[in-house]
Parts: sequence; C-alpha cells; structure tokens
Amino acid sequence: MTDGVVVTGFGATTPLGGDAASTWEALLAGKSGVGTTQAEWTEKFDLPVHISAQLAVNPTEVLPRVQARRMDRCEQVAMVAAKEAWEHSGLGAIPGEDGAAVEAERLAVVLGAGIGGAPTLLAQDDLLEEHGLRKVSPLTVPMLMPNGPAAMVSLEYKAKGGVHSPASACATGAEALAWACKLLRDGEVDVVLAGGAESCIVPITVAGFVQARTLSSRNDDPERASRPFDTGRDGFVLGEGAGVLVLEREEFAKARGATVHGRLAGVGLTSDAFHITGPDPEGEGQVRAMRKAVENAGLQPSDVTHVNCHATSTVVGDVGESVAVRKALGDHPVLTAPKSALGHLVGGAGAVEGIISLLSVRDDVIPATLNLVDKDPKVELDVVAGEPRKTTVDAALNNSFGFGGHNASLLFTKP
Amino acid sequence: MADNAEILSGLAEIVEEVAGIDTAEVTREKSFVDDLDIDSLSMVEIAVQAEDKFGAKIPDDQLAELKTVGDAVDFIAKHQ
Repeated sequence: MTDGVVVTGFGATTPLGGDAASTWEALLAGKSGVGTTQAEWTEKFDLPVHISAQLAVNPTEVLPRVQARRMDRCEQVAMVAAKEAWEHSGLGAIPGEDGAAVEAERLAVVLGAGIGGAPTLLAQDDLLEEHGLRKVSPLTVPMLMPNGPAAMVSLEYKAKGGVHSPASACATGAEALAWACKLLRDGEVDVVLAGGAESCIVPITVAGFVQARTLSSRNDDPERASRPFDTGRDGFVLGEGAGVLVLEREEFAKARGATVHGRLAGVGLTSDAFHITGPDPEGEGQVRAMRKAVENAGLQPSDVTHVNCHATSTVVGDVGESVAVRKALGDHPVLTAPKSALGHLVGGAGAVEGIISLLSVRDDVIPATLNLVDKDPKVELDVVAGEPRKTTVDAALNNSFGFGGHNASLLFTKP
Repeated sequence: MADNAEILSGLAEIVEEVAGIDTAEVTREKSFVDDLDIDSLSMVEIAVQAEDKFGAKIPDDQLAELKTVGDAVDFIAKHQ
C-alpha cells in the first residue's frame, strides 16, 4: 500500500488576486479578471483581440527588486506563488537552516510552463538586432529556458531532491501535480513544490492564438468575453498567473503535525495522438484520463460529485469535454468553468484550478460559471451559474487539456 | 574623464542596480566574488554598464582579473 498524498499549502497569483485567498474570494463573488489589455502593441500590430486577463498584482511589487530583475515574468509569478505556498504549509525554515522540517534531498520541485520565457527571448532578440551582442543580457538563457521557473524555485528553497519541468501546453500545471503525486507515492521525496506558471501576454502569442482562431474578440465587453458552455462563446481569453501547491507524503505531513487541507487522491494522464491543436471529437483520451484518476484514487465514478472543467470558452472544446464527462462519470457531476472568470492561464491554469477544486472540497461550495446565460443544448449536464452553489463536495475532479493532445485529470478529496 | 572617486561612486551605483548591494558596501578593498557575492552573470552586466558609463572597454580576459572593486576602478581610470 503506497502512501497517500496530501496538500499542506498553496499559493497563487492570478487576474483575480495576488494570492490564493483573494482569488478564491473574488471567484465566489462572481468577479471577472478580464479587461482591456494594458499595452500599446494591440494597436501597433492592429490585432483584432484587445482583451486579456492580466495579473491583479504585478509580481515586481512583491518580489525583491534584484530577484525580480533576474527573472522572466513567468518565473516571477512562479516565485510569488511558491513563496505563498511555502509560507502556508508551515514548513518554516528552508532546508539546511536550523529547525528545517524537510531535508534538502527529500524536497523536489515539479513546476512547468506552457510558453515560458518567450517574452525574454523576443526582448533580447530585439536588443541583439538593434544594438548588437553587448546589450544582450547574460541572464537571457536562464530567463527563457522552460525549466527556469522550476529551477528558480528550487534555488529559493534549496530543493535537492530533483527539479522537473513538464511541458504540456495548457495541461502543464495539472501534469506537474500528477508527476509530483507519483514521486511522493514512490517515496522518492517527502515534499514537493508543484505547480504551473505563465505570463505570455505579448504580441506574438496573441497573434499566434488569433491566427489559430482560438481567442475571443469580444473587445467591447471584456468581462463577458469568457463564457464557457454558453451559446455565445467565441474563444478563450488569454490570461497570466501561477499556482503552486505543497504536496507531502501523508505520513510525513502527519509526523510533523501539518495542517492538511485535502488530498490529491488520484491522477490520470493520457494523450490523444489525434491532432496538434484539436481534441479528439470522441473525447476518448479525456474519458480515459478521468477514469484513470478515479480508479487511481480507489473510487467509483458515482463518488465524483463535481468536475472543475478545463472548458476554455471555445466552440468545439467545451461541448467535447461535457460529452466526455458524461461518458466517463455519468450524468450526476455538477460542473463549473473557472476560466470564465480567470481567463486561460495556459501553463498556470491546471495548478490554479487545482487549488480552486481543492477549495471547493474544503469549503463545500462550487463557484459559478460567469456569463452562462444561454447554455449550449449540447451540454447535457448541470453547470453552476449565477451564484456559487453550497453543496457537499467529497470528491472534485479537475480537468486540464493541452495543445498536443495532453489530457490531465486530478481528483481531490477531503482530508 | 572621471577621477577615481567618481569612478568608485559610479561603479557602486551599477553594483547596487545589478546586485542590490548598498553603495556604501562597495569599497575599494572588497572582492566582487568573495565579499559582495556577485556571480559571473552579474559581473558581465556590471562590466557592460561600466563600459557605457565610463567609455572604458573591458575585454573578457581582463574582466576575469578584476578581483576587487579597486582593481576595477584602477582599470577603468587607465582605459577610459
């Protein structure tokens, strides 16, 4: 019998708030993090999309100046979320310091990004083109490398038990939690800082998503733009942010007297091998991911009362997911789609929404899906809309799917 | 042409900007690596900024020889 995996801390910085508590509060209050993009380049490049979900709190306002200037914004948001999560976990002293609860060799980081340091790459390339080699920062590579966010967090907390950076586009944050769970169950380490981060609201990513016809262009009404499951949906809203969870082996957490907020009881990872951006219309890979997570937790589909959906507000994806949920679990799960309020945090999404799923289990409340006015008739499941729903949530499944055919499902349960 | 005192204070401002070390800590006898804990990446940034500020080219093989703040001040004074 392998050890269980528990959540002892979490942190987030999102378009709804600078930490996990304010994000959760804003989500329950029905607030939207979407607005007009505060950047001069939307006009410069005549981009048809002027809206995005930008951070509520700029990470440079909370990180030490010198630490921030050595990091890409994606690394900055990872660090902000990791610091909150570590503080929240009560682990206290950093490994190697007096009173540290965990040894450096027993602490790992599993944290990824979907796009990562592309903004640094572009900015430094501009400098090279305009001013030549001398102006290129010696920090360029550590700022743009995809393992940068994980590596930066490992330095901060002296994690020597391994640093891993999954990259699975919009499923990255969830996949990181899944791999962290496996590491802990294998007894490789006692504690993992796990999550995802993203900050790529820059011209080329917006232009690329526009050309793939994936973004909402409801520029005149930003807060209504992200509307998963609604007939009026026309694409997702690009967001930025990060989420980090402190996951521990249950025995270890108990022994140190940690407060346990819930457990990551099951994980399911599958792939479609169908199309580079489009989901398998049969949802076969999504169904398998959800079933795997439930089986992995030793539960039955009937035990899963709530699904925190990936639902990004695209025409095809939302319906496909609802059909897959029915196939995998049945007609009983109650759905919500947090991207209606947060926008799509890409590599950060799975981790932030993992925290939201955990909080639904902890607090027995499901946040409402914003802007669900006229539900798509093809969505034949109950979706929470209007007001948050107070209901017992014993087990919440959190879905994340990514370009490339990645499917990740996480099952959170009560302590 | 900046005199040695001006170079020292200008260099201290650069070190503060790049590495967050109080300008008062940046004195002639301090070693960049051992005393000020400045890594090789930050040294490159400091060198580039110093070149811009004082117009003194610091080749890579020379940069490695500039162990202390005083070494850097003297090199810049001679080559500006």
